[in-house]
Amino acid sequence: MSRRVGVVLFPGSNCENDVIEAVRSLGGEGEILWHGDATVNGVDAVVVPGGFAHGDYLRPGAIARFSPVMDAVGAFAAAGGPVVGICNGFQVLTEAGLLPGALQKNRRLKFLCATAELRVESTDSVLTSATSVGQVLRVPINHFEGNYTCLPDTLAELRSEDRIVLRYVDNPNGSVDDIAGICNEGRNVVGLMPHPERAIDVMLGSADGVPLLRSLLDAAVPATR
Amino acid sequence: MVFTVHVDVQLRPGIADPQGSTIERSLPTLGFDGINGVRVGKSIRFEIDAADEGAARQEVDDLCRRFLTNPVIEDAVIELTEAGVTA
Repeated sequence: MSRRVGVVLFPGSNCENDVIEAVRSLGGEGEILWHGDATVNGVDAVVVPGGFAHGDYLRPGAIARFSPVMDAVGAFAAAGGPVVGICNGFQVLTEAGLLPGALQKNRRLKFLCATAELRVESTDSVLTSATSVGQVLRVPINHFEGNYTCLPDTLAELRSEDRIVLRYVDNPNGSVDDIAGICNEGRNVVGLMPHPERAIDVMLGSADGVPLLRSLLDAAVPATR
Repeated sequence: MVFTVHVDVQLRPGIADPQGSTIERSLPTLGFDGINGVRVGKSIRFEIDAADEGAARQEVDDLCRRFLTNPVIEDAVIELTEAGVTA
């Protein structure tokens, strides 16, 4: 049975089709979840994709968190469903309180569009289970506000609970503790700034996003909720 | 009663401000010396209709906490002045 991944579409999202294409290339089914519908349509996993949801007005993710679909995403996550926020999706998940901390403007105020090296720090998450600790993945980054920030207590908690799942090998944006991706306490919600869906074929420069999205599909087990 | 509200959103002390430090670094090249501690924030203005000042302040506090600021990194200073009585 094919695994269904719902990809949230806000006005201003722009990576939803890349995610759907990547999911299909790995044998899963991808479908759009419109932000104005208060349901996740019974999918097996949810991706909040990159872009500029609601124009990123006020703060990235600040308006998106009030979209009707976000209550359904929150309930899905609370029931243990796998949820991944990529780039703007990570910003939305922090604003929605599904992940701690916040994403600030990059340290040198530069929009970054490059391939970053990520080191896997934990394989205990819905996005990293098919990788190995210490593995270095080459994945594109494409952001202006990817500088992860949190209170010292939060950082201590993330470290002690092994919830920093990906770190930059060479920190591009000033993120505290080189953080590229984190997970929630239940390890079923992951946010990251890099774009694994843009690294699914060597022809595109890297296929290192494949084990990450493969992990998500592995976690997207139908009818477990 | 209608109140005019000014919300001044600032990054919390200790939170790095890349915009502020970039402005600060550029000042000496423009001939401005001796300026330190540049911080960039947001200024949000609106009007609110409420029963009294207490009620207005309570609603604006809630609005700031839930929407206008991200409490992880930002603080808000709220100025509230009476604009007049509704007809």
